[in-house]
Amino acid sequence: MSSHAEGSHDASHHHDDSHSPAHYVKIWAVLLVLLGVSLAGPEIGIRWVTLITAFGIAVVKAFLVIKHFMHLTVERKVAQYAIGACFMLMLLFFFAVAPDVMKHWGVNWHNEAASNMKREIERSEHHAPAADQAHAPADGAGHPEASAPAAATH
Amino acid sequence: MMRPIATTRSATGIPTGRLAVWWVIASEIVIFGGLLGGYLLHRFGHPEWATAAAHTNTMAGGFNTFVLLTSSLSAVLAHAAAEKGEGPKAAKYLGLTMLGGLVFLIVKSFEWTYEISHGYTITANTFWSFYYTAAGLHGFHVIAGMVIMGFVAADAMKNRELQRVELIGIYWHFVDLVWIFLFPLLYIAK
Amino acid sequence: MAESPSHAHDGHAHAGHGAHDGHGGHHEESWFVHYFWSTDHKMIAKQYLVTGMLMGVIGAYFAYVFRMQLAFPGKPVPGYGLVTGADYNALVTNHGAIMIFWVAMPVLIAAFGNYLIPLMIGCDDMVFPRINRLSYQIFAISAVLVVASFFVQGGAFGGAWTAYPPLSAKAEYSLTPAGSSLWLIAVALEFVAFLLGGINFVTTAMNSRAPGMKAFDIPIAVWMIVIASILFMASVGPLIAGALMLLFDQMIGTGFFDPDRGGDPILWQHLFWFFGHPEVYVVLLPAMGFVAEIITTFSRKKMFAYKTVLATTFATGLLSFFVWAHHQFIAGIDPRMANVFSVTTVLISVPIAEMCFVYIATLYGGSITFSVPMLWALAFIAEFLLGGVTGIYLGSSGADIYFHDTYFVVAHFHYTFFPIAIIGSFAGMTYWYPKMFGTFMNEAWNKLHFWVTIIGFNGIFLPLFITGASGDHRRIFDYTNFPELDTPELQSLRVLATVSLLVMLVIQPVFLINFFYSMFRGKKAGANPWKANTLEWQAASPPPHGNFPTLPEVYRGPYEFSVPGRDEDYWPQNSPN
Repeated sequence: MSSHAEGSHDASHHHDDSHSPAHYVKIWAVLLVLLGVSLAGPEIGIRWVTLITAFGIAVVKAFLVIKHFMHLTVERKVAQYAIGACFMLMLLFFFAVAPDVMKHWGVNWHNEAASNMKREIERSEHHAPAADQAHAPADGAGHPEASAPAAATH
Repeated sequence: MMRPIATTRSATGIPTGRLAVWWVIASEIVIFGGLLGGYLLHRFGHPEWATAAAHTNTMAGGFNTFVLLTSSLSAVLAHAAAEKGEGPKAAKYLGLTMLGGLVFLIVKSFEWTYEISHGYTITANTFWSFYYTAAGLHGFHVIAGMVIMGFVAADAMKNRELQRVELIGIYWHFVDLVWIFLFPLLYIAK
Repeated sequence: MAESPSHAHDGHAHAGHGAHDGHGGHHEESWFVHYFWSTDHKMIAKQYLVTGMLMGVIGAYFAYVFRMQLAFPGKPVPGYGLVTGADYNALVTNHGAIMIFWVAMPVLIAAFGNYLIPLMIGCDDMVFPRINRLSYQIFAISAVLVVASFFVQGGAFGGAWTAYPPLSAKAEYSLTPAGSSLWLIAVALEFVAFLLGGINFVTTAMNSRAPGMKAFDIPIAVWMIVIASILFMASVGPLIAGALMLLFDQMIGTGFFDPDRGGDPILWQHLFWFFGHPEVYVVLLPAMGFVAEIITTFSRKKMFAYKTVLATTFATGLLSFFVWAHHQFIAGIDPRMANVFSVTTVLISVPIAEMCFVYIATLYGGSITFSVPMLWALAFIAEFLLGGVTGIYLGSSGADIYFHDTYFVVAHFHYTFFPIAIIGSFAGMTYWYPKMFGTFMNEAWNKLHFWVTIIGFNGIFLPLFITGASGDHRRIFDYTNFPELDTPELQSLRVLATVSLLVMLVIQPVFLINFFYSMFRGKKAGANPWKANTLEWQAASPPPHGNFPTLPEVYRGPYEFSVPGRDEDYWPQNSPN
């Protein structure tokens, strides 16, 4: 990518800073640093740190792209509202459906099938050899377990 | 075909093409939102999916994130060039963006081949179903973006329709945004 | 150059109208390009209209068959044969899906939106004419697919238009492996077509207005179609995601909605209804827009409270996203959420009622002409009110425990959908017919058609409120299997409903013949036969390619009727003085 070299040439042109190639390259560099942090986060091993680095950084990255690459923050309001409204709708969808789909038990009911998923997952692990990826699985996914048949519902 | 006069008007102040692209993005937000929302609902409810999620290739995912972020950079550089009226330069940057998309798809195809050959198929369990569906829908949008970008670049090379460089760029940034969220969802949250 | 007023339908073109057989446009178009490859919004509108009308005939035929089965169970239906349980399910499923997705939406939104928006805002076409053409083509393919689903092995999908899994996900339950997937793909393609169309409509209406047309000078019909398009675009996404997931469940064996595999069938319901509820407002709003145009024109009065109509429309549109789970009260959702949705559902009746009140206030004191469009518009208000108030019973979750899945629901939504899709369409068609084709329809035949249709319609669904409240469950193909429902009283009501349907169906060919015949032999209409103010009436009838020889400028709002001090009781938007 020759963008690096290009950027320093164009920075002197008449565009205000926020539209200059040099500015874009700077933002890109920040994005890459953030990517690195989010990759490093899980290495620390603390679950909350991982989640914050992974998703918090995703939000920050998204904001950077939206603001500096898509220029949504300087766009006419109508476009901002349209995008914002659709995002809000997704939050509405998630939080309104969560009581039904996310939870698997209530005062008077228990989703048996969902509990059986755990066994299902572990059973399907038998088809795959032990993990040989960069990350070792958090819990011992490869250890053999009596492959109990999934709860019969048919 | 003559462009209608309608296309040249702009009562909102936003050029017609860009206004349309924002509406496209808005409708895509709810498509991916529905899919990712559905995934999240299941994921929160099934902590044991972490076992399955452990097998995603974080390095491949991370590398692909780097590729897409860089392709977003080249897309916005194309826009900067187009704003200055430099069509062939914008086309060159768009070409780099398309190349980024291609690298993304190639890495993904290696990734998936490995996973499938190890039994992590789309029907293995519902985590993998969501994994392939979400990443697949995203990949479909990458391909569609590359195709459209090709047409825009071809025009830009001849210094024509330069305003479309920004438009396809906005779409491409959105595709990048979806991946920015897909990456932690599928690769980091284990 | 006048555009030929005739148009093709389902494959064969009519010859051009005797007097003007020219092809419009800057260049000579071949016959094929003119009718099948046009990018002109008016031609695309007519393509949608004709396709929608044809699909309406198919949907009505299905209703005929299954209502005959209900009235005379076990007897072969003339023009069909014996109706099995599987047949019945496929007929009911596709009647619903076709009427909503392939009749209401293409006629109300795609046909009238395409036709009216550029004309009413004073420009020459949509901003993306080729995408417009593409959207119709995708739509046409989707229509072909859904009809084709009846001819594949296993037959058409019979899992209800709501397609709940696991019935819809597993071929071992639905018994229609090919039909299920074809149906789903058809629906998905229809969504894509309307997304493309919607972007065109919204962008055009937002950007391409005539100089001088400020926001509150925009005719209500345009506002309504645009807001409906926005509602559609914002709500269909989750269902597209869900359709993809369901398709994978059907075709490759994933378990998105299978509890044994970690999925959840309730997720489908939520994905479906999150769209499904705004969808009914997507079709309602354009119909209300047509009524607004008609009642102002035929009472020679301005809209009683234009801004209130807009405000209530925004409120309705916004609220429509917060009510969806009232379709799921007894599906096993969290009862606390049922409380919330009950409140929002009853609340949404307020802005819609307000809109109806504004319409009635508009009529009050007006100089009313009972033209055919006005008759349809008045019928819309009356019938829709009935549909709306019965919705209150259903929106109250306690009452819904009893009413859910009974014919009370069926009657309720037909008292809303029928005014929307059928009355609204007839209102629009009879009102804008002179503009589209340059001639008048025969008024006497139209009035006959109106009265028989309305009487027939009420005869179908009033009895069904009663049978529903008496316990008639939906989606039952033979009530003789249910001893407590197999009573002479209830059966006579079912027969009454069917006979009324037959009456209503018998009169429809009168309209169709009138519609097509009048194109060639109807009395000539001028540009502005109703003396209305909106810009489409200031163009020729029918408008040429490019619509206006000189694009208009706008000086006032759309409803300046009976302005004191003027000779005429109307004041077109583009008249300088």
